[in-house]
Amino acid sequence: MYDTIIIGAGMSGLAAGIRLAHFDQRVCILERHYTIGGLNSFYRLGGRDYDVGLHAMTNFARPGTKRGPLAKLIRQLRFRWEDFKLAEQIGSSIRFPGVSLDFGNDIELLESEIATHFPASIDGFYRLRQSLLDYDDLDGDDPNFCRSARSVLNEAIPDPLLREMLLCPLMWYGNARQDDMDFGQFCIMFRACYLEGFARPLKGVRVILKNLVRKFRGLGGELKLRSGVARIHVEGQRAVGVVLDDGTELCGRRILSSAGSIETMRMCDDITEVDTARAGQLSFIESISILDRQPREFGFDRTIVFYNDCESFHWRKPEVGLCDTRTGVICSPNNYRYDAQDGQLADGVIRITTLADHDRWCQLPDLKYQAEKVAQYEASVESAVRYMPDFRRYTIDTDVFTPKTIRRFTWHDNGAVYGAPDKHWDGKTHLDNVFLCGTDQGFVGIVGAIVSGISIANRHCLTDANGTGIGPQG
Amino acid sequence: MTPAEIREEIIDILGDIAPDENLDELVDEKNFREQLELDSMDFLDIVMELRKRHRVQIPEEDYGNLASMKTTVDYLEPKMRDIIKA
Repeated sequence: MYDTIIIGAGMSGLAAGIRLAHFDQRVCILERHYTIGGLNSFYRLGGRDYDVGLHAMTNFARPGTKRGPLAKLIRQLRFRWEDFKLAEQIGSSIRFPGVSLDFGNDIELLESEIATHFPASIDGFYRLRQSLLDYDDLDGDDPNFCRSARSVLNEAIPDPLLREMLLCPLMWYGNARQDDMDFGQFCIMFRACYLEGFARPLKGVRVILKNLVRKFRGLGGELKLRSGVARIHVEGQRAVGVVLDDGTELCGRRILSSAGSIETMRMCDDITEVDTARAGQLSFIESISILDRQPREFGFDRTIVFYNDCESFHWRKPEVGLCDTRTGVICSPNNYRYDAQDGQLADGVIRITTLADHDRWCQLPDLKYQAEKVAQYEASVESAVRYMPDFRRYTIDTDVFTPKTIRRFTWHDNGAVYGAPDKHWDGKTHLDNVFLCGTDQGFVGIVGAIVSGISIANRHCLTDANGTGIGPQG
Repeated sequence: MTPAEIREEIIDILGDIAPDENLDELVDEKNFREQLELDSMDFLDIVMELRKRHRVQIPEEDYGNLASMKTTVDYLEPKMRDIIKA
């Protein structure tokens, strides 16, 4: 009998596992895939290490900072700042037709860019910044939380192009809803990207995952890979355990699932039909180019470039075709301020993310799928080089991952990177002892996912609802 | 444990959950919140660490007693009196 069974060994599940194991619970994390990480994972191909997910860790804070999500997770999981060795970004840009705005880890740069390019909107921008909801307000209860971010922006920012430009990075890095964004989610992402900023460990996402797994196992936590949950066995209002794909049955006092809301409902054996119309729709391809030189050698020093080739920003599933290359994100993991003693990544790397349609990708027969990976890689790069120096002649290797890959790593419906648009901020489900963490709880990104696991573990799995006791019974 | 030993134990717990705080200058009569940047998650951790280390149960309605070092030690003294310091 486990105190808590956790579904999914991504950032949120591992973080929740650490919290519970630290306080002496018997915890088991079940992961369907053969590796950990979920969306934020890594793989090795042709002798090179690749990251899935991580472009940049948002929510950067300098060591010793006491506030904000990064400081909170370090405290709560008993890490030290030096465990993550985060290097700050050099600088990022938002590029639309005829105008580019630079931003970094200090909001003053973005403010001066706005004052220069959109002087009529700078006062509105200051006021918008003052009116952001604080993290403490963000349990979904605030009446402004579900307002349309576009309507808030329409009131605050007179210049329509600036509104689109401000939304572009925030939607790309954390908006599960098509076209518009909840104002609460906008505030979270605004803080994460513009006020706190971007950073990365030299060796990428594996540094973070290895720290999490080492800590979890060191506390006696069990992690089972290749152990997908086929069913959550329900009696009355409570889950009593899970049945794995291979038929193994495990009993638990409570279940914490990072599988996603619809995906978790589908496992519950008291539910016969789930509302798949509520699933997320937004998925991506990523086109990775390995270069024979550092991007700075050909004049590209940007950490992240968010581009869009028309004045309005289209944030939705491609209406036709496999991908929509009008907008994209360019990331170079080389362009961080790594410590001189740590050195630099051996290869130049450019990663380009493009909106993609999950169903069309998954319907392709195998040979066609392989051919389309090449064709869509080329189309994505062709689109991106309008906003950066053309790097194609330096390319020595490439790889592409698609919505099909994302689905394999995450098991999310539609390979939806940010999950379903309607979040479950309180982490509750229709059952008394089944809770949600991770993407569909609400916080996204690496830091967000970890904070999600921590806060739902604290709220529902450490403290018993009836207040008579805390943590494991007996 | 004596009140002094309980205080020492609380300092040790605070050092664990808030390693970046300078605890040498902590004023016992002043609220933790005023002196340290502790939020509700950190207070939960004080409760949980006491349970983990000493099997001391603190019901939720009593969390208010953990406002300052002085109130915390006063509250814990009867609960921890019979615990032998390791």
